[in-house]
Amino acid sequence: MLHIKCPHCGMRSQNEFAYGGDASVKRPELNKEISDLEWDNFVYLRKSLRGKHLELWQHISGCRQWFKVQRDTATHEIFKTLKANEDI
Amino acid sequence: MSQNFRLKNIGLINRDKKISFKFNGKSYFGYEGDTIASALLANGVHLIGRSFKYHRPRGFFGSGVDEPYAIVQLYRNGESVANIKTTEQELFEGLEATSVNCWPNVNFDIGAINNFLKIFLPAGFYYKTFMWPKSFWHKVYEPFIRKAAGFGVASTKHDKERYEHKYEYCDLLVAGSGPSGLASTYAAAKNGARVILAEDKPRFGGTLLTSEVNIGNQTGKEWAESIIAELKEMPNVIIKNRSQVFGYYDHNMLVMSERISDHLPKTKKYSPKERLWYIRAKEVIISSGSIERPLIFGNNDTPGVILSSAAKEYLKVYGVLVGKKPLIFTNNDSGYETAVEFKKNGVDPVILDTRKNPKSEIINEAKNLDIDIKFSYVVVAAKGYKKVRSAEIAKISEDKKELSIIENINCDCICVSGFWTPTIHLASQSGNKTKFNKDIDAFVPGQSKQEETTVGSANGIFTLEETLKNSFDMGYELSKKITKNDNKISVPSVVEKKSTEHDKFWCVPLPKGKNYKRFLDFQNDVAVSDVEIALKEGYRSIEHVKRYTTLGMATDQGKTSNLNGLQLVSNIENKIVPEIGHTTFRPPYTPVTIGAIVGREVGKHSKPTRKSPIHKWHNESNAVFVDAGVWVRPRYYKQGNETLFEGSKREATNVRKNVGVCDVTTLGKIDIKGPDAAELLNRVYTNAWLKLPVGKARYGVMLREDGIVMDDGTTTRISENHYHMTTTTAQAANVLSHLEYYIQVVWPELNVNVVSTTEQWAGAAIAGPNSRKLLQKLFPNLDVSNEGLPFMGYTEGNLFGIFARIFRISFSGELAYEVNVGSDNGNFMWKKIIEIGKEFEIQPYGTEALSTLRIEMGHVAGSELDGRTIPYDNSLEGLVSKKKDFIGKRSLNRKAFTVEDRQKVVGVVPIDKKTSIPEGSHLVKDANAKLPNPKLGYISASCWSVEHDNPFSLAILRDGKNMIGQKLFALSPLKNKSIAVEIVSSHYVDPKGERVRS
Ligand SMILES: [Zn+2]
Repeated sequence: MLHIKCPHCGMRSQNEFAYGGDASVKRPELNKEISDLEWDNFVYLRKSLRGKHLELWQHISGCRQWFKVQRDTATHEIFKTLKANEDI
Repeated sequence: MSQNFRLKNIGLINRDKKISFKFNGKSYFGYEGDTIASALLANGVHLIGRSFKYHRPRGFFGSGVDEPYAIVQLYRNGESVANIKTTEQELFEGLEATSVNCWPNVNFDIGAINNFLKIFLPAGFYYKTFMWPKSFWHKVYEPFIRKAAGFGVASTKHDKERYEHKYEYCDLLVAGSGPSGLASTYAAAKNGARVILAEDKPRFGGTLLTSEVNIGNQTGKEWAESIIAELKEMPNVIIKNRSQVFGYYDHNMLVMSERISDHLPKTKKYSPKERLWYIRAKEVIISSGSIERPLIFGNNDTPGVILSSAAKEYLKVYGVLVGKKPLIFTNNDSGYETAVEFKKNGVDPVILDTRKNPKSEIINEAKNLDIDIKFSYVVVAAKGYKKVRSAEIAKISEDKKELSIIENINCDCICVSGFWTPTIHLASQSGNKTKFNKDIDAFVPGQSKQEETTVGSANGIFTLEETLKNSFDMGYELSKKITKNDNKISVPSVVEKKSTEHDKFWCVPLPKGKNYKRFLDFQNDVAVSDVEIALKEGYRSIEHVKRYTTLGMATDQGKTSNLNGLQLVSNIENKIVPEIGHTTFRPPYTPVTIGAIVGREVGKHSKPTRKSPIHKWHNESNAVFVDAGVWVRPRYYKQGNETLFEGSKREATNVRKNVGVCDVTTLGKIDIKGPDAAELLNRVYTNAWLKLPVGKARYGVMLREDGIVMDDGTTTRISENHYHMTTTTAQAANVLSHLEYYIQVVWPELNVNVVSTTEQWAGAAIAGPNSRKLLQKLFPNLDVSNEGLPFMGYTEGNLFGIFARIFRISFSGELAYEVNVGSDNGNFMWKKIIEIGKEFEIQPYGTEALSTLRIEMGHVAGSELDGRTIPYDNSLEGLVSKKKDFIGKRSLNRKAFTVEDRQKVVGVVPIDKKTSIPEGSHLVKDANAKLPNPKLGYISASCWSVEHDNPFSLAILRDGKNMIGQKLFALSPLKNKSIAVEIVSSHYVDPKGERVRS
């Protein structure tokens, strides 16, 4: 079980959190004309990388905030956690 | 039976307390502090079971977790437990155990015929033999394997015992209480660290209980006792015996299973049977010790062949002789310690040492005691079937290849010592890159990955002096790092006998013309010849050899066999062991009961149970309940002997005719506040929300980004910047997370916030032609006329002094209202509605009638919004705005979503107007077409239409738009039904929606 530092609450066990996917994905702006390919990439395509990964988690059994976690997908090492509006 | 093998003046058992027990129906007695193994050995019982594959007689090989053979079925307090190691299970009054793997009994086992057919059962036997013909697998092979193989029998009864989980944090977790564990715990605890010390066995102290050493001015055992006594008094220390740290997981999380009650005849009241500890430790010290390796020779699985360290433990801890004519077979000094203990207790051992001329203190002591020692000697084979009677021994040449002077020697046990294997499981599980240490022919921990440090013999350090120094240092250093304290304890002086080098030789060659089985893995019956066959057949990777031969795959996980297997592969392949590499160590280190893993989460505790505040009333009114997600909801209110069908039909009919009331507390409710609340709704829902006036509700559909419908519900504008959203019961949590995601991550510029209010409000849906009259009586001062409170209107009222929200919304298709009050007043509201509704023929209705009402009016719900459908499929395309953008809109352009014959919801009626169509049935054109019959759609929901008094279903059907009036067949292979049906509009009742607006 991972030990994750919620930027708002501190160190908590993984079972308080929900995983939320790749944090580097940016939703296309509303009302913007974009190609099928661009939209497809946004909806479906994710990298399944080995190594450092910036991802979203939500502290569902805590403050309910979404935040960013930089984690190694192979070793589970967590390098850094950030608030949703902070950049690495 | 008398205890012929129990000594009088030695051992740590309590001789004042006799304990009687039964093994295979026969009564024996032992003492408090015995294990089943030590008590049986004291009674001279060596035959405990039969082996896995050849059903060869099995005895005792070890004295703890490493035991590969001595497994029994245990009976305790009316429960039966499989695969209990007799070397671990403590004796309790009334204990009963039986042998496994034998039929009809352990002395005469029919399966033993495998032993004489063993030429037919080589490595890979199961793979090769049970392959063809295919049809035999099911009927012949599998039942045969199931009967012949496997160990104990799992109980099929409900486990009445209670198991607990516990979460704990500490500065330092120490796994193992031998000299290294005690020293590091003591040093860290004295330096102010919060320490947990875990010991698998009932007694703390590890090898200090059996070694002849002195620490300071005490014996090793006395020192251990004094340290434990002091640690027990320290508030910053938790020490646990009978507790195995079996798994090392991510971020320094370790899991320990504590056997609280397994040594008692029955679990004490208010006490769990076992407790699973989740321990998050800042630092971990692994002091798990080492396990003696077997030496390999002919018939080395015969009962009476035992690890030398185990023989010593039985003697010193339990006062039990494993034999009275022991033969000690060793390649190192450890065997001498056992021999000396035998000698001191009046038994004359013979030592066979594979080494030519070793010299050390302990060897001198043995010589001085006049023990018969033969150097350059080996055991060629054990003789005897159910028990060792003699041994074939021989002199071995210097190159260890030639045997000479083969002779027989009488003995009743053979104590083997092939040096020591560090227990590195925990280190390896943590991700430590282990390395091979040539000096000890074994793997030791290398570079740490997590915060773990291995000390003592687990780290390949076999002298007490070095172990203590190193462990005191580590305890101090690690605790200093955490506590910043600097209180260092001085290391006590040590007196121990120095030993000399061990012999790398471990596998005795076969004499000419003999084909004795030489076993590597005693539990899975894997012999040297099996590994040889695997290599001959081309298996190279150790992981493949392991799986092909099953070496090390038994419940003991190869604790005594893995390393010898590796040695053998490396010898045959002419490689060194590190090139072969070891197989992966996986948790758990020792078997853990399913009960302990599951903990309290069984039966009704396996998930939370949520009940509405009106639950008690439902219960008293004969409600039959159903699980709806985590909620418990009334399915129908049973009158007399009514069936579900009859009851729900009555309730639904009453809604259409008079008025009904349904508990809708479980609906998800989300409060949305802020100046940008409308903007958020406008982006989340497919329809327009910017112009919804205060005091009005609107139905909305929300999509995922991929265009699939996520949820639906009504949202009401309570005031200028305040909205009340409802979600389906099932999706409440997901919708909240969804909204939070967009507010916090995607559009943080929106000035709006959301919070769940599901638990804050109790809700009652009042539906039916009489509902307005009832509402008027509930709220006499309120204008509830069609003009005063129109369809999709909202108002607030005073329900006999209680604040209430009133929504004019309908799920049933009838004139209907939903009244919400604070949860605490839910029961009050409900009782008032029932009481005042009496004159209007009110009846409560449950989820079954609720479903009937919504299905026959074609209102889509969870069974249509199933994560595979878009708005069009549900005939909700009218709610999809063409003007504005919203979540998932761009996906609706996808080709598959816009094809001409896209699936759509339709109504389905059986032609005979009688046969109900099972949900999940397939719709096909031709009921008798060749398989696979092309599937046009599926039945999503079925009911008995109370309006038309015949069955009615909803279906998602390809080209549904153009299928109205078509005749198809609904096939349910599961229920073996083929029903002729007609496709009709999904709006089977009041298609123009006049009633809800009346
Ligand atoms: Zn938090």
